[in-house]
Amino acid sequence: MENRKRKGSRKKMYMRMVAGSLIRRASRLIIAVLAIAIGATILSGLVTIYYDIPEQLGREFRSYGANLIVLPRGEAKITRETLGKLRNLIGTDKIVGMAPYRYQTVKINEQPYIIAGTDLSQAEKNSPFWYVEGEWGNSQETSRVMVGSEIARTLGLKIGDSFTVQGVRYGEKAEASRQDLSAEENLKRDLARQNFHKKLTVRGIVSTGGAEEGFIFADIDMLDELISDTFRADVIECSIVADAAGLSELSAKIEREIPELQPRAVRRLTQSQDIVLGKLQALVLLVTVVVLIITMISVYTTMTAMVAERRREIALKKALGAENKLVMGELLGEGVLLGLTGGALGVFLGFEFALRVSLNVFGRGINFQIALIPITIAVFIIITVTASIIPVRRVMDIHPAIVLKGE
Amino acid sequence: MKILELKNVSKIYGNLKALADINLSVNAGDWLSIMGPSGSGKTTMINIIGCMDTPSTGSVILDGTDISRENSVNLTRIRRDKIGLIFQQFHLISYLTAVENVMVAQYYHSMPDEEEAMEALAKVGLADRARHLPAQLSGGEQQRVCIARALINSPQILLGDEPTGNLDEENESIVVDIFRRLHDEGVTIIIVTHDPEVGDVAQRKIILEHGRVVDDIDQSATFGEALKLKGKS
Repeated sequence: MENRKRKGSRKKMYMRMVAGSLIRRASRLIIAVLAIAIGATILSGLVTIYYDIPEQLGREFRSYGANLIVLPRGEAKITRETLGKLRNLIGTDKIVGMAPYRYQTVKINEQPYIIAGTDLSQAEKNSPFWYVEGEWGNSQETSRVMVGSEIARTLGLKIGDSFTVQGVRYGEKAEASRQDLSAEENLKRDLARQNFHKKLTVRGIVSTGGAEEGFIFADIDMLDELISDTFRADVIECSIVADAAGLSELSAKIEREIPELQPRAVRRLTQSQDIVLGKLQALVLLVTVVVLIITMISVYTTMTAMVAERRREIALKKALGAENKLVMGELLGEGVLLGLTGGALGVFLGFEFALRVSLNVFGRGINFQIALIPITIAVFIIITVTASIIPVRRVMDIHPAIVLKGE
Repeated sequence: MKILELKNVSKIYGNLKALADINLSVNAGDWLSIMGPSGSGKTTMINIIGCMDTPSTGSVILDGTDISRENSVNLTRIRRDKIGLIFQQFHLISYLTAVENVMVAQYYHSMPDEEEAMEALAKVGLADRARHLPAQLSGGEQQRVCIARALINSPQILLGDEPTGNLDEENESIVVDIFRRLHDEGVTIIIVTHDPEVGDVAQRKIILEHGRVVDDIDQSATFGEALKLKGKS
């Protein structure tokens, strides 16, 4: 009991000396605290960004289109039920866009064209890089569709113009126009029950620089109704928040759990994402290491100056009977407190820094990582103590008889 | 009873003989002053007695232990247990209050005790200044804190290196008066001084020149008188 009391009393005095030195000499130590705080700010900020980059950048890459194409296995088509299963399997939090496509050949002015029925709102999420003159189509006004710029050019269509599509209903046989019949008789045959025809209006003209310019984009439910069939998709284009490894894992899972589907990752996108991500993370890591080294040099310099400045005090303590290790322990204790103060300050400034970077670069906020508080503080305590070891060891070279000599 | 004995003590720095074959013995409870011109070896001698240096030759017996061949760790321990140091420049820790400065000596010796430290400050008349930082104290007050710190662990010898060198006459008298009271309580006091008045109030005066004891004056006869005169000045 008495022994514990003695230890407590010594600890209390130790803290009084260490805290007294820092608090009452605050103006002299402000540079050291600032150096540590700046280091901690950059470290915690960069680490926050480091862990947030994959998600942020993954979402950025999603604007370059779908990164997972899901096809039916064999001759079968994809049903609405299978689409639902796929959505559940991937998880809505990972899906940026998931658009099923059904391709149907139609005739406009007796010329064949392809109409792509899709979920237009999902297609828009998948393809933010499409340039659409006018407006995107939607599931409310289904007769107002988007046409590719190539079709618009060929047919001379402008926004608001109408055109009629014709074709054979699902499961019916097409009958060719007969030369022995008059035009009126052929028209009657075209309007027969096995055929469909619908007047559509141009709501938007799509330019992508790719194959999309040769398609008409319409609501998939409208298309199903038009051809009198149920939902049967030819392909599902998915934009998923995942890196290459995540996508391979997901593909394997889809193949395993929904065998009627065959997923294919769009490699050029996922690989580019991984390369950019890897380089960015390496850069962040490099900057972090440089910052840590600079902080260590700064602390080393400050502690060296501090030991030199406090030679008399150190000599006095030794004259009063303090062993080297006790005096070094006090100086290292001050280092711990400096690291703690600077680190704690830096964590919060670092989050603010990361938040601003994220808002400016990615246009999105970030989540505060609670675990970063103890980690940053611990790292900066270790850095401060490590950088202090060499200066503090100079205590051993201080001889009280020489330093305290009277004048 | 002898508390300190120097036998043929010499200290040589390169070609310089700072102390040359010194023989000296001090009894417990003595008040000794060491005087001499600059470079006479006073500080070297007090450093050796205070376990902050070791002699090149000869032996130093402190409270029955030969400290002349001890290593620095043992010398630190002996200094902590047996010696109380008073400095010309006070050497108080600037960021600690008066009472904390006294407690520092306790901390390195055994266990800090604020109550005891306050009593030590009261003994030198500074109870009401205990919570002040050194910068808020006068030179005399700082020296009294230094004396309280030197006494807090009940050392066997109180060593002062020019303890009044930085004080005005009024504060010098206060400090000398404290020494008198300590002497009455049986504390052994060894003071290095340039000041003849301070040197004269001791029981015994050693004069050093070129590292040698050139005079060893017993002032027992005039001891009380000198103190009275000092008190009046």
